[in-house]
Amino acid sequence: MRNIFNYIDRPSPIHDLTGATKLICLLLWTFAAMLTYDTRFLAALSVGGLLLFAVSKIRIRDVSFMLGFTVIFMVLNNVLVFLFSPLHGVTIYGTKHVLFTISSRYVVTAEQLFYHLNLVLKYLSTIPIVLLFVCTTNPSEFAASLNRIGVKYSIAYAVALALRYIPDVQRAYHEISQAQQARGIEMSRKQTLFKRLKSAGAILIPLIISSMDRIDTISNAMELRGFGKNKKRSWYMARPFRAADFASMAAGALLLVISIGLNIVNGGRFYNPFIS
Amino acid sequence: MGEILLEFSNFGFQYNAQAEPTLYDINLTIRKGEKVLIAGPSGCGKSTLAACMNGLIPFSLKGTMTGSCTARGRETRDMSIFELSAIVGTVLQDSDAQFIGLTVAEDIAFALENNCIEEPDLHDRVKKAAALVGIDGHLQHAPEDLSGGQKQRVSLAGVMVEQVDLLLFDEPLANLDPATGKQAVELIAEMHEKTGAAVVIIEHRIEDVLHRDVDRIVLMNEGRILADMTPDELLSGELLIKNGIREPLYLTALKYAGVTVTPAMHPSSLPGLLLAEEEKELVRKWFREAHSKRQIEARRDLLTADHVSFAYPKGQKALRDVSVHMKEGEMLAIVGRNGAGKSTFSKVICGFEQPFEGDIRFFGECADDWMSLSIKEKADHVGYVMQNPNEMISQTMIFDEVALGLRTRGVPEEEIRERVEKTLDICGLRPFRSWPVSALSYGQKKRVTIAAILVLRPEIIILDEPTAGQDYRHYTEIMEFLKALGEEGFTVVMITHDMHLMLEYADRSVVFSDGAVIADDSSAGVLTNMDVIQKASLKETSLYTLARLCGIPEERAFVQSFIDYEHAHGKRGKAKEEVRT
Repeated sequence: MRNIFNYIDRPSPIHDLTGATKLICLLLWTFAAMLTYDTRFLAALSVGGLLLFAVSKIRIRDVSFMLGFTVIFMVLNNVLVFLFSPLHGVTIYGTKHVLFTISSRYVVTAEQLFYHLNLVLKYLSTIPIVLLFVCTTNPSEFAASLNRIGVKYSIAYAVALALRYIPDVQRAYHEISQAQQARGIEMSRKQTLFKRLKSAGAILIPLIISSMDRIDTISNAMELRGFGKNKKRSWYMARPFRAADFASMAAGALLLVISIGLNIVNGGRFYNPFIS
Repeated sequence: MGEILLEFSNFGFQYNAQAEPTLYDINLTIRKGEKVLIAGPSGCGKSTLAACMNGLIPFSLKGTMTGSCTARGRETRDMSIFELSAIVGTVLQDSDAQFIGLTVAEDIAFALENNCIEEPDLHDRVKKAAALVGIDGHLQHAPEDLSGGQKQRVSLAGVMVEQVDLLLFDEPLANLDPATGKQAVELIAEMHEKTGAAVVIIEHRIEDVLHRDVDRIVLMNEGRILADMTPDELLSGELLIKNGIREPLYLTALKYAGVTVTPAMHPSSLPGLLLAEEEKELVRKWFREAHSKRQIEARRDLLTADHVSFAYPKGQKALRDVSVHMKEGEMLAIVGRNGAGKSTFSKVICGFEQPFEGDIRFFGECADDWMSLSIKEKADHVGYVMQNPNEMISQTMIFDEVALGLRTRGVPEEEIRERVEKTLDICGLRPFRSWPVSALSYGQKKRVTIAAILVLRPEIIILDEPTAGQDYRHYTEIMEFLKALGEEGFTVVMITHDMHLMLEYADRSVVFSDGAVIADDSSAGVLTNMDVIQKASLKETSLYTLARLCGIPEERAFVQSFIDYEHAHGKRGKAKEEVRT
């Protein structure tokens, strides 16, 4: 049921790292990937991400849904960039090597293709690592990790509670929608958009009202058991850092340093092979 | 006498949002090691009193306190909710809604985490608390993988993980099936013995709580304490019935037989009940005279399900070869433990789910083949009322809520007005027809949801736990209303855990266990059949035990006679009059 946070429990070195380590590495990695368009660096990150995937024993089909979704998004992004700004690469790299012409507006240049390659590499270097984090981090440990990197524990716990209630809300939604269908509320595509919105209300309003009751109960229950008593709290699922955790974080920090360094060496975010 | 833990003197409380106080002149002392039951009808103030004990009042729920309320000698208003929760541990009513952690272990650890308890103490204490309540085999389980009874054990462990002096249970038996409820009462007694903590139980189901001894019963009504005495004293008087609390059935039966109940008889415990030979003879004499004369009228089948099987995708079989016949104008109870297939069966009947085997036929006015109808079309004949009215109500005004099903069916507005008003009349909601739904009580909202289904004029109406969370008076009101529907020719099907409901109102009970029907019999027959009782997590009725105690071998006939006697002269006749006036 808990398909939003798709934790897959398989022993691997990545699973052994604490949640906080993985969260910190994820942040360092994505910052490193976001800061630069250095093609060599992004390519290295992409290969690295895929290698980590292999190490984690997460299989492609475990994440096929998210992966498919990402590929569609990536293709869409590239198509749109080309449609709206076919000479974006030329502006960035400052040269123009025309390969062939489609129409007066749409000219395919080597610079543009190179820019698209960079875009694709951006996706390849970040998405696998995000999926890896989602699949290898126990949701229970996630709140503890957030708190450890400095997020207030009340906020961190709100995240954990949301995860706790996802299956309940899914079940309630299913039951409410069945009962409302019996009363003649239809959600099918045969209806007009306006009617469908009204129907959605007939399901969402009871869902929200009954969820509010639950929130009331849970907040009383939490207070009665001392939530909010101290400035800090301990976490049942927290684990101490070990050598592998420190090594991973150091590696993550190194990536960020390299990324910043490349920005300085390249004199900007882009690596330019066209002027050499 | 033990140390005083909680003391109320001349205590009163008024919520900020209300015009009148909820509690008046409360004088009550709870000592270390005591076990006290606080009983009273809905709205009597017992939950408010509980909130004053655990500190939700005044720290979460705001209002004005008068008089004094002390915990270990300190005024609670000068403490914090956290200081108070170190003395009073609370197990709330809904053990599902108060499950905070993602797993059992995390939920038990919650209070310790908030106290910054670190390793290795944290894991150690969680393990010990889990072992104490017998849930240590399930530490890594998520709440959705636990039964109701297991969830309650987790809630209890979550409170006991810190050494509190007083355990407060707010309606611990609500939402539990009879056998699990019985185990819960046993578990509370066991914890009381093991820890020596004081125990306060808030509950209106006295007979069930008295399965294990309590020291005192505090009876409340209209915000005041009316009695604070031993169970034996209280049960010998008339105070319970006068204040809308059900007395144990075996005592009612004794009274019908003309036996005077006295404290010396030890009426609070059925196994310990002392009856003289003359008194037993009185019961036998009553049974000989009252011996069931009722004949069962033959009724026509209205809907039949034959050899129905069903499985959820990726799940195991939820229904296995189920055959149930619903008859015209009958009151049918569907019982069994949680997950036995009761709800799944009603969903299949309503067409929410499609059976993969078997046949469902409908013999009412309906030209088409039943299995080919859509959910909406089936709903014109079989209506389904969910347990929680808040999960059904989507309109702001009562009239609109009841009219919703007709509007989606394109009925002309004029006819809608006429039909809605007529239905509101039947449901006793006429005075409220132009009110917003939010102004109604829970019981009234329940009626609105029943009205919203009745207005479609289904021949069969299926209700999931129609009386959950209702006290005896509201229970009687709802059930008499459903019975009147039965008399008007509706077939009323009730999914329930409530054995009183089965006994008193159902003509017939169908018992589910592991997706199959294991009994289809009169309620008296089901509740005196030990094999079925055990398989379906039911509990034998105390009338059965009484019959044995009095040397009546025909237990089933004895129970049936009791029900018929009640139909003819009992309190239900009176209750009905009250409802009508």
